Amino acid sequence: MTTATSTATSTPEGRTGAISTVAELLSRLGLPSLGPGPPWLTQARHESAEWAIMRGFPTLKDEDWKYTRLGPLLDVPFERAEAGAGHRISPATVDALTIDAASTRLVFVNGFFAPELSSITELPEGVTVTNLASVLAEGGALLEPFFSHPFSEFDHAFTALNTCLFEDGAFIHLPAGALVTAPIELVFLSEAHGSPVVSNPHSLILASPGSRVAVVETYAGTTGAITCTNAVTQVVLGEGAQVEHYKIQDETDTGFHLALLDVRQGPESRFSSGSVALGSKIARNEVRVRLEGEGAEAAIDSLYLPCADQHHDNPILIEHAAPRCTSRQLYKGIADERGHGVFNGRIIVWSGAEGTDASQTNKNLLLSDHAEIDTRPRLEIFTDDVKCTHGAAVGALDEEALFYLRSRGVPHEAARALLTYAFAREVLDLIPSESLRAHVETLVAGRLLTDDVGTGARSDE
Amino acid sequence: MMLQIENLHAAIGDNEILRGVDLEVAAGEVHAIMGPNGSGKSTLANVLAGHEAYDIAGRVLFEGQDLLALSPEDRAAAGVFLAFQNPVEIPGVGNLYFLRMALNSVRRRRGLEELDVMGFLALARERMKLVEMDESFMSRSVNEGFSGGEKKRNEILQMTILEPKLAILDETDSGLDIDALRIVAGGVNALRRPDRAMIVITHHQRLLDYLVPDRVHVMAAGRIVRSGDKDLALELEEHGYADLSQETASDRPATVGATP
Repeated sequence: MTTATSTATSTPEGRTGAISTVAELLSRLGLPSLGPGPPWLTQARHESAEWAIMRGFPTLKDEDWKYTRLGPLLDVPFERAEAGAGHRISPATVDALTIDAASTRLVFVNGFFAPELSSITELPEGVTVTNLASVLAEGGALLEPFFSHPFSEFDHAFTALNTCLFEDGAFIHLPAGALVTAPIELVFLSEAHGSPVVSNPHSLILASPGSRVAVVETYAGTTGAITCTNAVTQVVLGEGAQVEHYKIQDETDTGFHLALLDVRQGPESRFSSGSVALGSKIARNEVRVRLEGEGAEAAIDSLYLPCADQHHDNPILIEHAAPRCTSRQLYKGIADERGHGVFNGRIIVWSGAEGTDASQTNKNLLLSDHAEIDTRPRLEIFTDDVKCTHGAAVGALDEEALFYLRSRGVPHEAARALLTYAFAREVLDLIPSESLRAHVETLVAGRLLTDDVGTGARSDE
Repeated sequence: MMLQIENLHAAIGDNEILRGVDLEVAAGEVHAIMGPNGSGKSTLANVLAGHEAYDIAGRVLFEGQDLLALSPEDRAAAGVFLAFQNPVEIPGVGNLYFLRMALNSVRRRRGLEELDVMGFLALARERMKLVEMDESFMSRSVNEGFSGGEKKRNEILQMTILEPKLAILDETDSGLDIDALRIVAGGVNALRRPDRAMIVITHHQRLLDYLVPDRVHVMAAGRIVRSGDKDLALELEEHGYADLSQETASDRPATVGATP
């Protein structure tokens, strides 16, 4: 692992590098170093830059940003990441982050594809798993609709900046009926070998009708590096397609993580997302799901564990735009020390989406007097005949359960850890793949369980 | 003397629940504590196990050691066990994992070697037979979705595994049908030993048919107001507590323990 050495001295307390406008940031970062690319992409990048400059950075006055202060991020004199940082990463580092050594994995370092760290196993005929830049280099006419679209009221400067600045990302395409059984692993590493760097990975997962795939995104960083990841992942599901999506956000605690998972679902498609947020100084994990085809189903589960001075913000937007769709959210937060967790979940049931069944649950555990949780479930319904439920709770550990465990001889700290882990387990138990669940359990147990408790709490043996 | 309770008071805020309890229990004895609802029986049990909700005054010696100075986990390690009246459900914590962790925590502090999974399973299987529990209980979360009777049996199972010196059973018989009562009492009887004492809190004479006490005490309004041998339980069964609740400790001082 490398550590940043020179940056801290060049920016005492940050203010020297402070950025106040999008235009300033763009002039510092410069345009993408990828070369011209197809003309429509150049056009899209210019338009998104203009839109971002016009729109400006979000402020605390924006409904969806009211809990996340950007000051600490804009204070850092970020530079654009250079290609080629992959050679500073050892394969062992990547191995430690992957779930199955035999799986197909694409590794990106600071947003650039690192083929030397990646491996692609045999895939069913017609299935493409590669890096986005290589598809764009060949023209990528099919991709134009995913970049050349007008920004919506839900977009903000960072999604536009991603379009403007992205270097690379994953490209997964499944033809109709294709089934990929083993999860495809996407690893995004942040590495700063000097100045703080920003990267903008952009990934596309296109699941044609009747296809099925599981994808794991892992975000991690090298210790001590000051990095910012501004990631966008688009997922498009055709009729009857099934996509299981997982995300592990374990960036370094000196890093920043801004991400958007943008999902569009066709009729009868099934999308699930399970994520766990462990890392970053400030992380914002935005999820937007648009149910566009009749009978589509989405299940979004997440566990966020802010501790120390971490900030984990979870803005969610579920749009029911077609009849008889189902959506479910289970978000659980555990805030310790001075950690701050935010659940900002919005469900919109558009006119015509009759038969909607939407539910939203947010439960939080506060482990310290200085920790903070903000929870804000929002329902906006523009049609009749819908079933929507939502609930939010913030609480401390159950004192009676603590006493029960202690009265059996379990030491206080271990009893607390055991109950905390038990709270998290509800989300972990929803991960169907055993190897993936074990991988995530190890990460979560590493955070929540003391040595005294051990990882045996993960299973019933 | 294994347990000596002297002038024990316990209050939550302004509400004084225990108002000077005196009790002595010697090794090998079974003491029954009876009394009307609200007389402080469960509070006494909770205070002995180390519940932190109470303001406490008085003195409790357990094998000569100041019990009130110990944390709940240290009391468990020292050999105190409370079978709860209403065992709490703990979703997400596996029964087997919890039990092994509890036993190993206690063994570690008693200077014994910890049991590995196989060693623990062998012990647990043997003890589960005593309370007629099948192994499916082990893979469930602690008490989650257990029936009332299953919870009580799980308490007794824990007791048989942790092998305490002093077991306090708080209304372990309540809500049990006659078969469950027989099973629970069988588990408790299997644990009776000359070096182990039990305090059995109950409303009914019924349990005492299976578990014959050496001493019977009656609690009312936060004190022990009467003590006697097993015949006292029969007398209470016949006449109820009505006239007892009027009595005070000074009217009829508690004769304590089975001191020779």
